Amino acid sequence: MTDMDDLREDRQGSAVLSAQKLNLYYGAAHALKDVDIDIQEKRVTALIGPSGCGKSTFLKTLDRMNDLVPGVRIEGTVSYRGQDIYAPSVDVTWLRRQIGMVFQKPNPFPMSIYDNIAYGPRTHGIRNKSQLDDIVEQSLRGAAIWDEVKDRLKKSALGLSGGQQQRICIARALAVEPDVLLMDEATSALDPISTSKIEDLISDLKSRYTIVIVTHNMQQATRISDQCAFFLLGELIEYGNTTDLFSVPKDKRTEDYITGRFG
Amino acid sequence: MGTQTLSGSRRAYDRILRALLYLSALLTCALLLFIIGYIFIKGLPHVTWELLSTKPSYIKDSIGILPNIVNTVFIVAVTLVITLPLGVGAAVYLTEYAQNRRLVAAIEFATETLTGIPSIIFGLVGMLFFCNFLSLGKSLLAGALTLVIMTLPTIIRTTQESLKTVPQSYREGALGLGSGKWHMIRTIVLPASIDGIVTGCILAVGRIVGESAALLFTAGMGMTLNDLFTANGFLHSSGATLTVALYVYAKERAEFDVAFGIAAILMLLTLVINLAAKLVGRRLRQN
Repeated sequence: MTDMDDLREDRQGSAVLSAQKLNLYYGAAHALKDVDIDIQEKRVTALIGPSGCGKSTFLKTLDRMNDLVPGVRIEGTVSYRGQDIYAPSVDVTWLRRQIGMVFQKPNPFPMSIYDNIAYGPRTHGIRNKSQLDDIVEQSLRGAAIWDEVKDRLKKSALGLSGGQQQRICIARALAVEPDVLLMDEATSALDPISTSKIEDLISDLKSRYTIVIVTHNMQQATRISDQCAFFLLGELIEYGNTTDLFSVPKDKRTEDYITGRFG
Repeated sequence: MGTQTLSGSRRAYDRILRALLYLSALLTCALLLFIIGYIFIKGLPHVTWELLSTKPSYIKDSIGILPNIVNTVFIVAVTLVITLPLGVGAAVYLTEYAQNRRLVAAIEFATETLTGIPSIIFGLVGMLFFCNFLSLGKSLLAGALTLVIMTLPTIIRTTQESLKTVPQSYREGALGLGSGKWHMIRTIVLPASIDGIVTGCILAVGRIVGESAALLFTAGMGMTLNDLFTANGFLHSSGATLTVALYVYAKERAEFDVAFGIAAILMLLTLVINLAAKLVGRRLRQN
């Protein structure tokens, strides 16, 4: 448990999300094996590892998006602020409101920019026009795209560039005032300039949100994350402070991966 | 390798094929224009205000098709009001909710088969079930219910196809924001597939307006103006739609001028209904 001891030394917040003995199966395939992890509040946690290592699968267990995949079986517990999120009494729509998700490919709805951002608040019962206007502006400002779209809020969101669309999706997630933001390779489909804009944005957002990102890009992990978790073949190999993990990895497999011996 | 120019035989081959394609396109268009033109030339001169606005009378020895126009509009409206929610609902269930893939495949196969069954068989079933068993008698309602069964597979199939084209990422996006499943379907999936639903509607209207065999057995051949707005009239009025009237006038009364007049009106009516459906679809998509 040396990793965990290190963690306690420099922890600033408390654990927002934590998994204990988490196992996940897709039919017969064992995709996550005994994962134990505590995600710290108001920090950026990066999940890294080669393709198929289970990092995206793990991310999706945090807001129960795996429920949509047929044949998934989950053992162990995932808790959000002490509440077991797989307990039968949990309202999934409540959970997903607390824990927002930004997907790998930008997926704005085929409607106007305004309606995209207002979708979440409207879903949760906000109808008041001026209140919606405020939320839309705040969310777009929060996602650093207000200046680019303020004159075309009524235009279709599908007419924007990929990087703008992704920031619209981030704004859309912010509009329901989540506690945690999950990002599944949110920049992998974007050009370098859009990527750096979103990285800056993530660094800004962490003062208010707990952020968990999945990334293939190790430079990105070192640039923006505070904590880093390395997954391999469904196991959590190493978890700790990003600087430590990249400078003095404890596990040989972590070292091999971050030095590019495989991946 | 001569990559710069095509060989002579290849070029000739290309030209012949292209000529054949143009020819078949031309022939198809010409045939269509000929039919439309022929019907309009033979029919439109006989479309008079009197024909459109009166009912037939033996005393005055006149023919009017107002009752048939009313019957047609009534049957189209009643059929759509029932078949649309039912068909769209079934399609949503099959594509969005049903878990048992094998059962869904069986139902899809069954609906596909149903679309290919000759309409006279639907007429027979409709007569035995709605007219006799449910004792609706020969009535527009029995006709509309028979047409509901006939058009249901079309609506289900076209709606399903268009639901399947809605990207999964839209659904994930909506669910990820904490939307419930039905809310997600109502606000994202259905609006995104409105085009397919409108297409299904147009096809269904085409089938309803064009149907004669199934209606001869179920809705009857009444030529009087029905009072459709009373309960009794709504349930028990029997009447011929335009297509059935066309059959009656051409086949039993040898009134070919009237038959062509009706044919011209049918074509215009279909055009108007289809344009209206497209317009409604566009309006729905914008909201």
